[in-house]
Amino acid sequence: MDNNFKETVRVKADNINFFYGSKKALNGINMNIYANKVTALIGPSGCGKSTFLRLINRMNDLVSSSRVEGQLLLDNKNIFDKDIDVVELRRRVGMVFQKPNPFPKSIYENMAYGLEIKGIKDKKYVDEKVFESLKKAALWDEIKDRLNDSALRLSGGQQQRLCIARCLVVEPEVILFDEPCASLDPISTRKIEELIIELKQFYTIVIVTHNMQQAARVSDYTAFMYLGDLIEFGQTEKLFTVPKDKRTEEYLTGKFG
Amino acid sequence: MMIKAVNAQKLGFAALFACIIIALLVLGSLIYFIFSNGISSFSWTFFTDIPRKSMTAGGVGPAIIGTIYLVLGSIIVSVPLGVITAIYLCEYSPKNVIVNIIRLSVNNLAGVPSVVFGLFGLAVFVKLFNFHVSILSGSLTLGILILPGIISASYEAIIAVPQSLREASYALGATQIQTIGRIVLPSALPGILTGIILGVGRAAGETAPILFTAATFYARSYPSSIMSDTMALPYHIYVLMTEGTKPEIQKMIAYGCALILLILVLAVSAIAIYLRQRQRRTYG
Repeated sequence: MDNNFKETVRVKADNINFFYGSKKALNGINMNIYANKVTALIGPSGCGKSTFLRLINRMNDLVSSSRVEGQLLLDNKNIFDKDIDVVELRRRVGMVFQKPNPFPKSIYENMAYGLEIKGIKDKKYVDEKVFESLKKAALWDEIKDRLNDSALRLSGGQQQRLCIARCLVVEPEVILFDEPCASLDPISTRKIEELIIELKQFYTIVIVTHNMQQAARVSDYTAFMYLGDLIEFGQTEKLFTVPKDKRTEEYLTGKFG
Repeated sequence: MMIKAVNAQKLGFAALFACIIIALLVLGSLIYFIFSNGISSFSWTFFTDIPRKSMTAGGVGPAIIGTIYLVLGSIIVSVPLGVITAIYLCEYSPKNVIVNIIRLSVNNLAGVPSVVFGLFGLAVFVKLFNFHVSILSGSLTLGILILPGIISASYEAIIAVPQSLREASYALGATQIQTIGRIVLPSALPGILTGIILGVGRAAGETAPILFTAATFYARSYPSSIMSDTMALPYHIYVLMTEGTKPEIQKMIAYGCALILLILVLAVSAIAIYLRQRQRRTYG
């Protein structure tokens, strides 16, 4: 597809088929996700991009009567193997959702949750991790004086950055963003985008977005999906300027979507 | 005759307002009526003493304590069972026909007349399990009487917790039981508490279920253990109004009992409202 083989492959999708009941949602997806890069998944509604994203931390396990075929390798280990501890997997693969979903608890409790459920009680360690993650998510200066306030009192954009910070606390390797700016205003969106670019030096990032400009702004690689197929995958710049597939070109130029 | 839309709207508002006023009037006059009639009986001995002179003098202490025991007992029986059932139905059970049948049965159980529960309690707890007429039998009977309400309220409260919060928890590496214990239940607590308050009100006020399972006509002392039979406020009111030799005096004592019952139930509601508000302040 592209000639850049210098990158480290962090996640590798190997002929993935996915079914909701009898409905096939993904058709034989093969794709590499590179370490410390941002990979964008774009495509019209129902193309399977969110479904694919939710396979990487096995969030689709929660959907009854769903079924998956093929392999998804995280650092060369198939995450669908029987001996994979899904709890451990989700610590390694964090997720930020479409709508900000802070817990109805204080900002601090939100941040500490990931460590608390791990059974970590060392207050000093927890404090350190919480503060560090808030700084990484560029939220520290805004909220350092009100860590005990309810997280629900933050603005939508702040809530979303809190959710990003909350997922950093457990030190994931991969972070999945499922349309993280869908419910945010342009200024908050810009902050999140800047943050994503900032974070890729530490993490491998996959982002689903409806917004093609956003994909162009933040991602290094882009995958265009349509009706459960991966139509085209490549470096973002190339895919946006010289798409190989006619459908990609039509989608990018707004002929459908 | 044509009514202009604006006038029709005014008329509509007036009708709605009238409904509120009527509802408040009914409630207000009930409280006033019980209060004005019942307050004259109140004295220290009325709360602490046992009934004397064929229930025409003394106090109703054993009935107050009996009612408190029965309410506590029924809550201890029904809350864990009800909340755990609701958790199972919401979080664990497959969504299939059997679960729907269970939910339907629970809702139907709520419609069974209370005297039927009383007879059930007599047959099962008093006779079969040989618990005799006792606080234990009465608590179990009242417990299963309020169980459907607790299950329904808890179910609704738990199912209303947004799926996005569960997902957030799972995505951070929480197990299902951690998610339920730390995220779902705290969020559902206000709704569950509301169900418990309604249960308390019902358990405190019901007469029929304890008629054959726990209540005694007249006690010279406070109940000594959960195996003792006991006096209870609603049953005592019933007895005062239907038996005895001095109806006029007994009537006033009955109003006193009714007022105590009212205050007990309102106090429990007040505590629950306070807890709910505190919860909202913390989490809201």
